[in-house]
Amino acid sequence: MDTLTPTPTREFWQGARQELPILLGVIPFGMIYGILALSAGMSPLDAQAMSSVIFAGSSQFMTAKLISAATPGLVIILTGFVVNLRHALYSASLAPYTRHLPLKWKAALAYLLTDEAYAVSIINYQRPGEITHRHWFVLGSGLALWSSWQISTGVGIFLGAQIPSAWGLDFALPLTFIALVVPGLKDRPGIVTWIVASLAALLFFGLPFKLGLIAATFIAIASGLWSEKK
Amino acid sequence: MNIWIVMIAIGLLTFATRLSFIVLMERIKLPPILLRALRFVPIAALSAIIAPELGYYKDNLAISLTNPRLLAGLVATAVAYRTKSVMWTIAAGMTVFWILKIWL
Repeated sequence: MDTLTPTPTREFWQGARQELPILLGVIPFGMIYGILALSAGMSPLDAQAMSSVIFAGSSQFMTAKLISAATPGLVIILTGFVVNLRHALYSASLAPYTRHLPLKWKAALAYLLTDEAYAVSIINYQRPGEITHRHWFVLGSGLALWSSWQISTGVGIFLGAQIPSAWGLDFALPLTFIALVVPGLKDRPGIVTWIVASLAALLFFGLPFKLGLIAATFIAIASGLWSEKK
Repeated sequence: MNIWIVMIAIGLLTFATRLSFIVLMERIKLPPILLRALRFVPIAALSAIIAPELGYYKDNLAISLTNPRLLAGLVATAVAYRTKSVMWTIAAGMTVFWILKIWL
């Protein structure tokens, strides 16, 4: 019997498995979110609910922080929306591969479309070979991340302030992103994109509503395209 | 404003953002340049998240050898390049980060 034919089950577990090393960075992040949300004055129920209602790390941190600073609701909503705008680009990136799926599938994958699930899923889609069942891979990696996020949020809420923030466990998240980006820097346009994104993000970091993140992303993509043409 | 209204509004907007092109792509044909641009999206967005995490320390721009996050990030970058492993990258980065925080 051949063990290599991609079946839905195999794709699903493959997706969950590829997500595992990333969870190392996500679990401490989720726990820290739980701790921080409580210290920002949110109730345990609200803090836990935000992890499934919003399900986007950086905007959850920001929302908790803004709530504690008594920010007007509309400003918090706008900020959360802008911080998550980059997901539209992930959506466009996955769209060519999800064309054949029913709306129910598209909705499920969209709900699970985080930085971390996108990163492994797009790599999987770009591999050569039969792609019919690869949406199961996205589902597997997405659900692995989703359940870890819910559980680690809960653990963080219950540990409360017992984990000293001096440990700096949240630093594992940017390290995870480094491990995802750096091995993919194979050609000049990619390296140009990387350098420009880094410099522009530092330069525009002071912009309000995390707009610097959006600006740096677009400038870097333009630089990558420009470098490709030369 | 009620905290639940804020949460649900952000949740719906985020979901709509994530669903946008997955649904619209059927009706809208993207120009080739946009399709080529998509290759750069992960590098650009993730790097734009990483850089301030490393370059800013205690809310100030700190491109210096006394910034443990920057040094640990540079070591992690080298390790990621050599090993292509998430585990090793996190292990190396956190170790350097902790040692430097004790020293500096």
